[in-house]
Amino acid sequence: MIARARYAAIATALLLLVTLPWWVGNTYYVNIASQILLFAVFALALNILVGYGGLVSLGHAGLFAVAGYTAALMLQAGYGHFAANSAAIVVTLAASAIFAVLALRSIGIGFLMITLALGQIIWGVAYRWASLTGGDNGINVTTRPAPFGISLAAAPSFYFTSLIVFLLALATMVLLVRSPFGASLRGTRDQARRMNALGYNVWLIRFLAIVLSGFWTGVSGLLFIYYNQFISPQVSALTTSAEVLLMVISGGTATLLGPIVGAVIVVVMKNVVSAYIERWNLVLGVIFVVIITFMPEGLVPGTVRLCRWGWLVIRTRLNRTPARTARDQAQETHGSGAPS
Amino acid sequence: MSALAVNQLSKAFGGLRVTADVNLAIEPGERRLIIGPNGAGKTTLFNLITGEIAPDSGSIALFDRDITRVASHRRPHLGMARTYQIITLFDQDTILRNVTLALLGLSSKRWSLLADLDRQRELTERAHAALGRVGLAHLADRPLAQTSYGERRRVEIAMALAQNPRVLLLDEPFAGLSIDERRDVRALLNAIPREVTVVMIEHNMDVALDWAERITLLHFGEVIVEGTRAEVVADPRTREVYLGR
Repeated sequence: MIARARYAAIATALLLLVTLPWWVGNTYYVNIASQILLFAVFALALNILVGYGGLVSLGHAGLFAVAGYTAALMLQAGYGHFAANSAAIVVTLAASAIFAVLALRSIGIGFLMITLALGQIIWGVAYRWASLTGGDNGINVTTRPAPFGISLAAAPSFYFTSLIVFLLALATMVLLVRSPFGASLRGTRDQARRMNALGYNVWLIRFLAIVLSGFWTGVSGLLFIYYNQFISPQVSALTTSAEVLLMVISGGTATLLGPIVGAVIVVVMKNVVSAYIERWNLVLGVIFVVIITFMPEGLVPGTVRLCRWGWLVIRTRLNRTPARTARDQAQETHGSGAPS
Repeated sequence: MSALAVNQLSKAFGGLRVTADVNLAIEPGERRLIIGPNGAGKTTLFNLITGEIAPDSGSIALFDRDITRVASHRRPHLGMARTYQIITLFDQDTILRNVTLALLGLSSKRWSLLADLDRQRELTERAHAALGRVGLAHLADRPLAQTSYGERRRVEIAMALAQNPRVLLLDEPFAGLSIDERRDVRALLNAIPREVTVVMIEHNMDVALDWAERITLLHFGEVIVEGTRAEVVADPRTREVYLGR
């Protein structure tokens, strides 16, 4: 029954997403939906490391910007969209590999600090190397691509492109979670030493995870520059890295839905609430504090826990023998422990 | 040919020599007990043999193959498995998944992104079989967090046995167990086939004395006495550093 409910929920969500431009109507909101999707791809990419790998990166905005700048510079130089995007992905993969080699000299706080430094270097290059990047003026991306002759200039067609990319990214995560490689990656998060003693190459598993994460970060970076048709050093700043990390943490690390929910919260706050409240950052901060206080595991796992608890209370009221429910309760709470 | 040969192995942490010119030659199929008081360098010796730490000098050979420079994560693929004194398992997973991870470590499938781990029938069957060997088959689907200390000890051993090692290194497999649990683990160790060479660390000599064929006594990183059970027990130096206290 639970499986059937799950399929129904997935089908409903898909239907809502596919028909969104029609029931939302207003172009402004369709664009916000595109933004949510592209940041959800970014957050899903970061979640590979933060959630499944236990590697907290604060330099992912750097990789996001490497993809964006590479494509923008290639387009500026007169190359086509296909060439620009392919080059951007290749350069981002190379940058991720360099990130990985340098940052994997350490894990934990050391990893975080090295990724932070690398991200700042990229920001520094984007900001200071004005002859290449245009410095603070940024680079304009004059056109959106038209794959298979379908122009992405209009909001709905861009939304559908973002949706396809988002679904592909999500499918990758589903594959990762159930795959042996995903299990290996989670193993390195939980017991790196044991994994090594069992014959796993811990360093290589983490390296590959960083490159996979870098790939989807680069893809979201490309969506971003086509969405804004502009890129500036702001994109590569620490605030972007922190924002996406907050999406992952507030939604729930090591879950499929968590980063998506986090992306919805941040993007909606940024765009919609900021229209009504000048100090929207303050509101966002309060929301995060509330989430972390009441659901330290994140919004998605926290809600699941609350629902389970509520369901249990209801069942208890429907007069069951106390002994039986106590045992069920123990099983439920223990059984729900591993969202991964 | 020795199953495991350690030659002039040394390791110092700063000025402290934790392993000092240790020589070991363990025959295929042998049951070797390494004893020594706390701080004798027993676990460090295991860490050197498995490659978790690199020696300052000396060499290690597995069935005459020099593995001193072989990466530690490659050594299980050559037939070396170990357990830990401090239980090192995956708390969030089921017992079955713990053992499956041990099997997956030696399988080329571990790199696959497209396969579904839960549907790897062969791995799952072998994991069930390994759990059967340690008497935990009925608890396969129980989350590790809900198991007792004694059961976890057996999961540790099941994971090592599942890898079908040629040389099995057991780091204090009786630590923290009740008398009943010790008897269970003991029976389990007795059932390990003779193809497997077993090296066990214990600091409590009585627990495993009658299990061992040969005994090595370590003290301050050095091999003090080595010989058969009777020789080592009778040796005055053993009494001095160990039994006499």
